[in-house]
Amino acid sequence: MPRLFWEDFTAGQAFEHGPRRLPRDEMLGFAAEFDPQPMHLDEAAARESMLGGLAASGWYACAIAMRLAVDAFIHDSTSMGAPGVDEVRWLLPIRPDDAVLFRATVLETRASRSRPDMGLVKFRFELIDGDNQCALSLVTSLMLGRRQAGSAGPALAGQTADVGSAS
Amino acid sequence: MKFFEDIAVGERIALGSHTFTADAIKAFARRFDPQPFHLDEEAAARSHFGALCASGWHTGAMWMRLMVDYQRTEDAAMRSRGEPVARLGPSPGFRELKWLKPVYVGDTVDYATEVVEKRVSKSRPNWGLISIRNTGANQAGETVISFVSAAFVERRGRTAREAP
Repeated sequence: MPRLFWEDFTAGQAFEHGPRRLPRDEMLGFAAEFDPQPMHLDEAAARESMLGGLAASGWYACAIAMRLAVDAFIHDSTSMGAPGVDEVRWLLPIRPDDAVLFRATVLETRASRSRPDMGLVKFRFELIDGDNQCALSLVTSLMLGRRQAGSAGPALAGQTADVGSAS
Repeated sequence: MKFFEDIAVGERIALGSHTFTADAIKAFARRFDPQPFHLDEEAAARSHFGALCASGWHTGAMWMRLMVDYQRTEDAAMRSRGEPVARLGPSPGFRELKWLKPVYVGDTVDYATEVVEKRVSKSRPNWGLISIRNTGANQAGETVISFVSAAFVERRGRTAREAP
């Protein structure tokens, strides 16, 4: 039984996880599979690039933030996935074997207009590097199951709540 | 990669498609997004998704792969015609990413990209910054992912080999 329902999140709340080291093999393996640009795979080419040396694919940084979010709190929640990401900022390069700290901050929560069994929580996810600088910042909303189905709002009032559909 | 000056707003590129297998969906999810509806058929069937579906980050990362493959092919064609190839710099990020429909096992996502804006970089005047709207549609023609990303593109005759 998950511990964290939509009702348990409030603006300003923060979760931290890590720091976690990002092994060179995993970082370069991801680049080889999903983002095989020289700045992510080839030392010499990366030194000549704007990044000034081998750096993680931005998509790897996002995937790591997702993984750390799951490990930090999503695994113990009524997560129903996410509708999207408002913005992603790749602020600083992340190097092989760097360790990053994950921080999730709740920006706002709101009930779903269409689904009374669900609510949305908007988060800022950050990866903080060893120099205490923010290397990745993204804003995303997660859909979470509610402990108690609420009112769906005037347009959908009267519809039967579908409690328990969240996995 | 074409030079910044040769890229036109409105230009649309078909990047090709990718079919998401159950094995690949689960392998990505085990590493990066281990939620039950991305890992396990039975748990996914009980979830509101109704069936195993790919992590949205997997769908996004696959766009990147097809974009890189497209650029490589274009670069090779330009070199074979004796044309200079522009460098593509890193991306500062993206915005307005929407996962509009789940990507289920066996779905084939057809990716495309369209140039929506271009401007000279204020901080790096030897480079231009382009904004592109990227989309993926499944075999039924439904858009499953959409986002707007930015990337630095080299300006013609502005940069030597050194980075700005």
